[in-house]
Formats: sequence, structure tokens, C-alpha cells
Amino acid sequence: MHELGVVFHVIKIVEEVATENKLTEVESVTLELGEVSGVIESYLQNCWKWAVKKRSEILKDAVLRVETIPAITYCEDCRNVYGTIEHGKICPCCGSGNTYLQQGNEFQIKEISAC
Amino acid sequence: MKDFKVIEVKRSILDDNDADAAKLREELKEQGTFLLNLMSSPGAGKTTMLKRLISMLGDEMKIGVMEADIDSDVDAQAVAETGARSIQLHTGGMCHLDASMTRQGLLEFGTADLDLVILENVGNLVCPAEFDTGACKNVMILSVPEGDDKPLKYPLMFSVCDVVLINKIDVLPYFDFDLDKCREYIHMRNPQAKIIPISARDGEGFMEWTQWLREQVSAWINKI
Repeated sequence: MHELGVVFHVIKIVEEVATENKLTEVESVTLELGEVSGVIESYLQNCWKWAVKKRSEILKDAVLRVETIPAITYCEDCRNVYGTIEHGKICPCCGSGNTYLQQGNEFQIKEISAC
Repeated sequence: MKDFKVIEVKRSILDDNDADAAKLREELKEQGTFLLNLMSSPGAGKTTMLKRLISMLGDEMKIGVMEADIDSDVDAQAVAETGARSIQLHTGGMCHLDASMTRQGLLEFGTADLDLVILENVGNLVCPAEFDTGACKNVMILSVPEGDDKPLKYPLMFSVCDVVLINKIDVLPYFDFDLDKCREYIHMRNPQAKIIPISARDGEGFMEWTQWLREQVSAWINKI
């Protein structure tokens, strides 16, 4: 739901990295996005296309690449792991609610390709 | 052919915001201002609750209110009528405030002489929960007509709150809202959450709620 806000964050961070490394043109930005990060890739792509043209000189032609990280939950009672999307908070192995998300809420800039 | 090279960045968007929020909290501590982040759905009664709160605490401490909305200034006007200082922040379509937007708002507002600043976040149970604003404490309002199952549907919101105010308890007899069930659902998500049933319309529960807030503000700004 907050794709536009996170796109602005990404632009800001990439511009900082570009300045530090004396880069003038970014070809692509690769994100690692967890399945339950709450960010929808297609919305993100739409916001990206609009925002880079509007807001950034060095990013204006940059492509956004997204690598998805699956959501996995760990059960503290039976010590199994299971897919969060399919089963949610309650462990399908033992029925416990004493579980936590092991991975899947990431929203990280992995790398950029630039010159 | 341009010679593009790959540069590893490895920076998390939320971590960046968290670091910025922690810095803002330090600045507020130094300045002696307590920032409260208030969240809820649209129509849960944030503004009505604030008006009553300000009328009860306004003589004891200097209070300011920052209203974050996508548009309009109706809330800021309503708060200004109580005599508290208020400012309207327009998020320009954004569904939440992050730490850097909060800092900008505070700067523009000029909060150095205020003891308590209340940030009325965008009415939304999803996005505001994801972004630490830099506030000292998080409070949310759930109102009776919204239903007792909301902690199950919006778990993150309930898990980040220090206090959950259950508002509009004066209309409990007209709704299938089970207060005990609601408490149970909230504590499933967040065993530490303090739950205070209130009615912003007639003032029920406000002694407990204002007492909690008074203690928090005193502890933060080192006054007794």
C-alpha cells in the first residue's frame, strides 16, 4: 500500500551510493523483497517508472529488478518451519500459535548496476 | 557501449528508517519533548479523543498536535478550537508518515517549548504500523463499531502499540462487540499491550488514560 513512499526511499539511498562512488548513470537497481513485506511488485514497478522520470537525473532510465524471498515461519514448540503464505500464524504441524516469521518481510536494496 | 559495473548496496529500507527514528527520539529526549504517535482507522474517534484529552491535561503541560492527512485541514481546525497549538501535515497521497517526514513536521512546527506533541497519523491500520516515526510511545484507537476481530486482521498494528484504547464503549449495547474476546485477541498479538476502554464522548476511562500519559511524559522529560 505504501509503494510510492518506499520508491522515494530507494531513490534517495541509490543517489547517495551513486554520489559516494562517483557514478553518473544507473542502469538497474535490484531489490530483495519478502513475500509478506506488504509491498506489491506490480504497484512498485508503476510507482518506480513514474518517480525516476520525475525525481532523479541519474536514475531516469534505470530498470527495477525484484528478487522475491519466500516467507517462512518457525514454530518454537515443535521446531518445524513452514510456508507463511499457506498456513499463517498457526503451525500446521502441531497447532501452536507460538511461532515467528523467520524470513519474508525483507525490503532491501541488493545491488545496483551503474557507471 | 557503456561500461556498467555492479555495486553491492545491501541496505534495508526499513532499517534506514529505524535508524533515523532512533536518532529523532534522542533529539526529542534532549529537547525534553514527548512525542506520541496516535494511530487508528478513519472515524475511530482520534480527534474527539484528543479534544477531551487536551481539555484535561492542557493546564498541566504544553501540548501540540500534528495532524497528518492526505488532504484538508478539518482536524487541525477542530483541535485549534481547544487552544492547543496544531499544525496540519499533508502527506500528498502517502498512506503513512516515516521518521524523516515526522522530523520535518516537528521542525516546521517548532516544538522546543512543548512538553507533549501528539502525532495524529493517517487513518489506516496497515501502513503506519510498518514505519517507526521516532515517537516515544505508540497508541492506537480501536472503536466498538469496527468489531472485536480487528486484532486478528491487522496483527502488526496491534503488536507495535504500547496502549490500545477501545473507544465508543458507550455504544457497546448496540453492537456484537465482545470486550473480553477483544482483549484476548490483542494479548495474543502483544502480551504487553495496555488496554483501556474509553468513551471520548462522555469521558469514561479518561482518568486511567490521562494518568498513564502523565506518567510517561513526566518520566521522559524528567519532571515529577
